[in-house]
Amino acid sequence: MTNGHALKQQAAGLRARIVGLPKGAKIVLWVLIALLAYALPLLEPPLLSTPGTDFGGVLFTVTVYMLVALGLNIVVGYAGLLDLGYVGFYAIGAYTAAVLTSFHGNWPLLLALPMAVLATTISGVLLGWPTLRVRGDYLAIVTLGFGEIIRLVAVNTEWLGAAKGISQIARPPSVELFEVPHLHWDGWVPLLDFNDTTTFIKFGVLDQIPYYWMGLTVVIVVLFADRLVKDSRVGRAWEATREDEDAAELMGVPTFRFKLLAFASGAFIGGLAGALYASRQNFINPLSFLLLFSILFLAAVVVGGQGNRWGVMVGAFLVAYLPERFREFAEFRVLVFGLALMLLAIFRPEGLLPPRRTLRAKQMEQEIEALEEGVDDEEGARA
Amino acid sequence: MPDVPTAQSVSPARPRKRVLEVDSLTLKFGGLTALDDVSFHIEEGEILGLIGPNGAGKTTCFNAVTGVYRPTSGDIRFDGQSVAGVKRFKITQRGIARTFQNIRLFKAMTALENVLVGTDAKHSTGIASALFRLPRHRREEEQGHDRAMELLRFMGIANKADELAANLSYGDQRRLEIARAMATDPKLLCLDEPAAGFNPAEKAKLMELIRKVRDQGYTVLLIEHDMRLVMGVTDRIVVLEFGQKIAEGAPAEIRDNPAVIAAYLGVDEDDAS
Amino acid sequence: MNFDFLFNNFAQLTVTGLAFGAIYALIALGYTMVYGVLQLINFAHSEVFMYGTFAALWTVMALGGDENTSGLNVVLILGASLAGAMAMSAAIALLLERVAYRPLIKRNAPRLIALISAIGASFVLAELMGLRDRVAGWFGLDDNLSQYVGGARINRSMPGIIEPHGLFSIGGYRVTTIDVVVIGAAIVMMIALDQVVRRSRFGRGIRATAQDPETAALMGVNSTRAVQITFLLGGLMAGAAAFLYMLKIETTKFDVGFLLGVKAFTAAVLGGIGNLRGALVGGLVLGVAENWGSALFGSQWRDVVAFVLLVVILLFRPTGILGESLGKART
Repeated sequence: MTNGHALKQQAAGLRARIVGLPKGAKIVLWVLIALLAYALPLLEPPLLSTPGTDFGGVLFTVTVYMLVALGLNIVVGYAGLLDLGYVGFYAIGAYTAAVLTSFHGNWPLLLALPMAVLATTISGVLLGWPTLRVRGDYLAIVTLGFGEIIRLVAVNTEWLGAAKGISQIARPPSVELFEVPHLHWDGWVPLLDFNDTTTFIKFGVLDQIPYYWMGLTVVIVVLFADRLVKDSRVGRAWEATREDEDAAELMGVPTFRFKLLAFASGAFIGGLAGALYASRQNFINPLSFLLLFSILFLAAVVVGGQGNRWGVMVGAFLVAYLPERFREFAEFRVLVFGLALMLLAIFRPEGLLPPRRTLRAKQMEQEIEALEEGVDDEEGARA
Repeated sequence: MPDVPTAQSVSPARPRKRVLEVDSLTLKFGGLTALDDVSFHIEEGEILGLIGPNGAGKTTCFNAVTGVYRPTSGDIRFDGQSVAGVKRFKITQRGIARTFQNIRLFKAMTALENVLVGTDAKHSTGIASALFRLPRHRREEEQGHDRAMELLRFMGIANKADELAANLSYGDQRRLEIARAMATDPKLLCLDEPAAGFNPAEKAKLMELIRKVRDQGYTVLLIEHDMRLVMGVTDRIVVLEFGQKIAEGAPAEIRDNPAVIAAYLGVDEDDAS
Repeated sequence: MNFDFLFNNFAQLTVTGLAFGAIYALIALGYTMVYGVLQLINFAHSEVFMYGTFAALWTVMALGGDENTSGLNVVLILGASLAGAMAMSAAIALLLERVAYRPLIKRNAPRLIALISAIGASFVLAELMGLRDRVAGWFGLDDNLSQYVGGARINRSMPGIIEPHGLFSIGGYRVTTIDVVVIGAAIVMMIALDQVVRRSRFGRGIRATAQDPETAALMGVNSTRAVQITFLLGGLMAGAAAFLYMLKIETTKFDVGFLLGVKAFTAAVLGGIGNLRGALVGGLVLGVAENWGSALFGSQWRDVVAFVLLVVILLFRPTGILGESLGKART
């Protein structure tokens, strides 16, 4: 017990030191972290790298999941809306991009992306309008229903490729400028390998790293946007609505409008993620949009720590990365996932990295409990 | 029992503006009549007390005024305009704010953030202003921040601004709720049993606070069980029993009103607080 | 829209729809009761059902039932199969309550967390069945039990003990024994459950806990016990449904629970969540609507019917056809 406590104090101390750094130093720190992130697949770190699968591709999937997690975090974590059908937005984004760039049109991806996002956002508003008036639990089921309806419509509609799906989806435009070498590890010694390079910036079939760079950039932009919106009247309205919707309304918050806004924002990001995913995959079919994915997305948010943008990104990383890293256990993936969910729900429901306020509230609870137990002990000792 | 000081008696040279008019308000839930033809009004700058035994319909009346319940018949007019059937957040934006009998703060938000939500009521920043940090956002944030800190200081809890609402002491939570309600810049402030759970010293402080609030220009509608507090701070009192108004008048008149005494059935002032 | 097909086969579509609906209804009872008492969507109830189907199958296999079985043996084997299914489902339901839900109920966990636990449990249970050959391998039993655990992720079929033969005709459709058994058995079970909930001590405890857990506890109702009994009863019903399902469909698979579970939940909501009779009404309506829907629009749209009904009912009449009942009116 004391060891754990000491560790926690050290972590808290370190955190305080970092938070206390002057602004300039913090910016430099963030830039360094971002550069490291961009360079990660080039570094091919021995333990992290995924054997048998393109590491860049896995990292791209991670960024897509991070986007999804950020979007769903707005709906579930900030506004407190239970959404079990988020894959629907993801699908609409993917299918819009697919249809526009391949199946029924020849649009370049950069034009199709905004359309995909627009279509998804509109669908978010249309979906939210009738359903957000519905009570909490029921909202979960309605959204689940919608997610499945969207998938089943895709499966059964020829215009959307039916079960076969849509292929030849456009890639982002390439501009071949220069080559970047990878790192090669001889045991624990890194060497620059100029035979193994990534072209900046070519979106091809074999080398997925440019996709990762694109995904990472979008994640960073969305992170900024998230911060700006959360630290404003909008973020406060969402939190108040989540905490106590009736009281919020009586304090002048137009809760329905803000719930709709949360839904639309989540849809926006979900559609963007779906379109990017479709572009990298080059091919989509309804199997990519099963209910299972809605649950995976939700798990990423809850496991990571709903309400904390960094937490949900960690959750997304785990959910996207671990199955790829441990592919040899593929058979047991879902089983382990289910067990993880159950354990999480019972032992750490707030998630791995909950928002600081949840931690503070929990800490307060524990201090009060400790006080109460201390008093009992004293009385017991005296008796 | 020393003479209870009455609030300043009002003998206006001209009639004061009526901020709230409750007009033959009836509220039925299925077979139950919670409010039966209740009528009263509140004048600008008044502190009106709403009292009555448990179950008389006081909180129901509050709920009707703030838009939680829709009147079955009758009308409620605020500043001359009807608020029956108006959306709750709109009613708050028009100028009626309230606190709750069983404290409903936003637990996971800090004290400051709770009050900021109140100041947001009259703001119009939307997602675009927030995202691009437009001047409207900056202006409203600054105004809101200043006003919120001012209110926290007024309530004496400015030092707790960054504490989570859930972690505040009971008394501070009650004070925070009042600050939050005031932050919405209301004309009419409805307080639902603000002194519940307070000891006599805290109640005396609360009385002072309510007077100060009124002196700032707010009109106050107060539900309270503590007779000493009610007698000491209100200008007029309305008494409800079983959903009906049974008396209305200055505290001194109400105190001696046999119907009121009967309604409370043997509970006299000395034992009430 | 293929109106002709609908009219020509109306009787068959409706009768088989009722049979399916009866199965949905029995499963729906589990959802509706747990929700009524705990306001919890028991996502894993679908697996409670699924395990029942396997138990029904395995019992028949163990007792050597096949096409050659006849007469009294058929009745005995089927009876054992029903008992086996109900026992297995009840056991899984109680296990679920103990492991996945009780710790959360004790500390008043928020909805989302309970849902997460339920989803996790659902995955674990389904995967364990899907991986049953591996699991048996860990205990060194895979050889002995190979006929039971073999073919882990594919369909397993019931030996055809009963030949469905026609009993009587309605509107041009020959109603089979199985149709009658399914619908009849479902109604009988439901009446039994209704009596238990309305008349017995257990039932009163369940209803009291559903309406006001604190007061119920003050009145001496053991809420843990009441919850356990709720799960038990739901499990028994699901087991019966599983048996009837195997009688009618004759095959099962480790993931058969999911789709059926969602549809059964839809039925529960349709009829009014928390309302036992609502589960029956909802189930029957859903079964028939699905059949009519696939006749009209094509069988590929069959599953969409359930989801569309779900969405429509939640948007326009969230309290369901018969309204909520077990629990108090919640604002």
